Amino acid sequence: MMQVEENSYNENKLRGEIMVYGVILAGGIGSRMGNTEKPKQFLLVGEKPIIIHTIEKFYAIDQFEKIIVLCPSQWVGHTQSIIKKYIKDRSRIVVIEGGDTRNETIMNSIRYIEENDGLKDDTIIVTHDSVRPFVTYRILEENIKFAEKYGACDTVIPATDTIVESTDNLKISSIPDRKHMYQGQTPQTFNAKKLKELYLGLSEEEKEILTDAAKIFVIKGEEIYLVEGEVHNIKITYPYDLRVAESLLKGDK
Amino acid sequence: MLNTVYRLVAPRRIEIAFTDIDLFGEDVIVRPTHLSVCNADQRYFQGTRDPEVLAKKLPMALIHEGIGEVICDPTNTFKPGDSVVMIPNTPVESDEFIAENYLRSSKFRASGYDGFLQEFVAIKPDRLVSLPDDINKYVASFTEIVSVSVHAISRFERFSHARRDKIGVWGDGNLGFITSLFLKTMFPDSEVYVFGIDEEKLNYFSFADKCYVTTKIPKDLELDHAFECVGGNGSQIAINQIIDYIKPEGTISILGVSEYPVPINTRMVLEKGLRIFGSSRSGREDFVKTVELYKSHPEIVEYLESLVGFKKEVRNVADISIAFEEDIKKAFGKTIMKWVK
Repeated sequence: MMQVEENSYNENKLRGEIMVYGVILAGGIGSRMGNTEKPKQFLLVGEKPIIIHTIEKFYAIDQFEKIIVLCPSQWVGHTQSIIKKYIKDRSRIVVIEGGDTRNETIMNSIRYIEENDGLKDDTIIVTHDSVRPFVTYRILEENIKFAEKYGACDTVIPATDTIVESTDNLKISSIPDRKHMYQGQTPQTFNAKKLKELYLGLSEEEKEILTDAAKIFVIKGEEIYLVEGEVHNIKITYPYDLRVAESLLKGDK
Repeated sequence: MLNTVYRLVAPRRIEIAFTDIDLFGEDVIVRPTHLSVCNADQRYFQGTRDPEVLAKKLPMALIHEGIGEVICDPTNTFKPGDSVVMIPNTPVESDEFIAENYLRSSKFRASGYDGFLQEFVAIKPDRLVSLPDDINKYVASFTEIVSVSVHAISRFERFSHARRDKIGVWGDGNLGFITSLFLKTMFPDSEVYVFGIDEEKLNYFSFADKCYVTTKIPKDLELDHAFECVGGNGSQIAINQIIDYIKPEGTISILGVSEYPVPINTRMVLEKGLRIFGSSRSGREDFVKTVELYKSHPEIVEYLESLVGFKKEVRNVADISIAFEEDIKKAFGKTIMKWVK
């Protein structure tokens, strides 16, 4: 993984040329979380819902024009209520409805930007899972820098376990060299206009094999740079993760 | 907001912890950018403090010398992007006679509670002083230790008699360098003599009027006042040498920290009617004064550049350890971490 050098980014930012948006994806219905009825992003870690921790991390960064939170339609009201409860300054935060898939949800955020502020050639969206509240300032900052410089980037950590591929789900078909394997985290950050154009250019079959937005770039042969993630930038998916998140926060004294 | 804190949990072992800081309270949220390692941090890192002290104070984030950039400020005192120096002393009361850094109730960063080795520092607006945009950030990072000298010199101005023709500074380390440099700046009419043990190090003190190796001090040399910036095992020799060379009614300022009680020649202190005073740490007033001096005397910042020793960009916990290990090896100057974690 490379480090981004000092570039014209800060000057551009000062001139206000680049519009950067935070896009928080809270579309999951929480079916993997055991008995709980609430989607996992609404569960408490420490004293606040997970999604609030995530929004706060984005809020602290002044360069986000807006922080767009996307969730299932039945949870829009609840999301707005908890934001009202925990976040005093809501001037930059909007909650809108997500789409049927992760990528449709991202497209909704781009549509929102188009309709409200207009989509510029260099508008950047930093897309992030609402259930990764331990993202750091450095990761967010480097995502913005890389996307500004290269058009797209993805946050990853080197794989520690050996990755085994099985195409028939019965036997190993290959064992790729671990030193080329990474585990994908978020944020994934894109030039919004380019992402939209690429997505609209996909066939329905291509859309079906998409697991995330970075793959849109990969399918179309576009470059995506790697941003170094953090082992602790965990995705709270299972009850076990919630226990881990709670114990990470026990350091509060 | 969740905040990553890098705490020393045992000597040479730093672990990650998270705290939840209030974005809408009374604290300014600062992103540290340049952090400077102090000997006090080293004593924790290497575990050379008393085991009882270590047990009581750890786990704790180290570093009390540092600067940063304002991220957000609910108090509207600063703007996002403002460059600031952070004041580690944190008073909880004020007193007409006792300065904030001597109040026993004051808390101090990286001594009992978390220092600046964090993703963000939540800090009261009066614990921040704005820095000029064009200042050398590596120099600015150790403003805290500079303010300690400025504090001691300001007190010296209050306590000492007005004949200040010749002032001696014992110690050829960082504190001796800073103290003699600021004496030269704050008392331009005084001659400043520096006393050390290492001729190579004394060569850095080009602004001083004279430098002496402590084994070769002329017998007839006399000083009006003196500063001790030695500390540790050398404190005893330095203080007693000062007592020998200082004129009657002179003032001795003690700045060096020693883990053990130091025997001094009190007979001669009495005979000469000497005044001895101690100084430790600094407060807001001293930081403001230091930054003002940076602005009014830009040459000070240039001289201080020679203290910028090892620079280490810190992207992970291992980098923090590298910075500390390299800092142990160096004889002179400061180790500075450029914080990109």
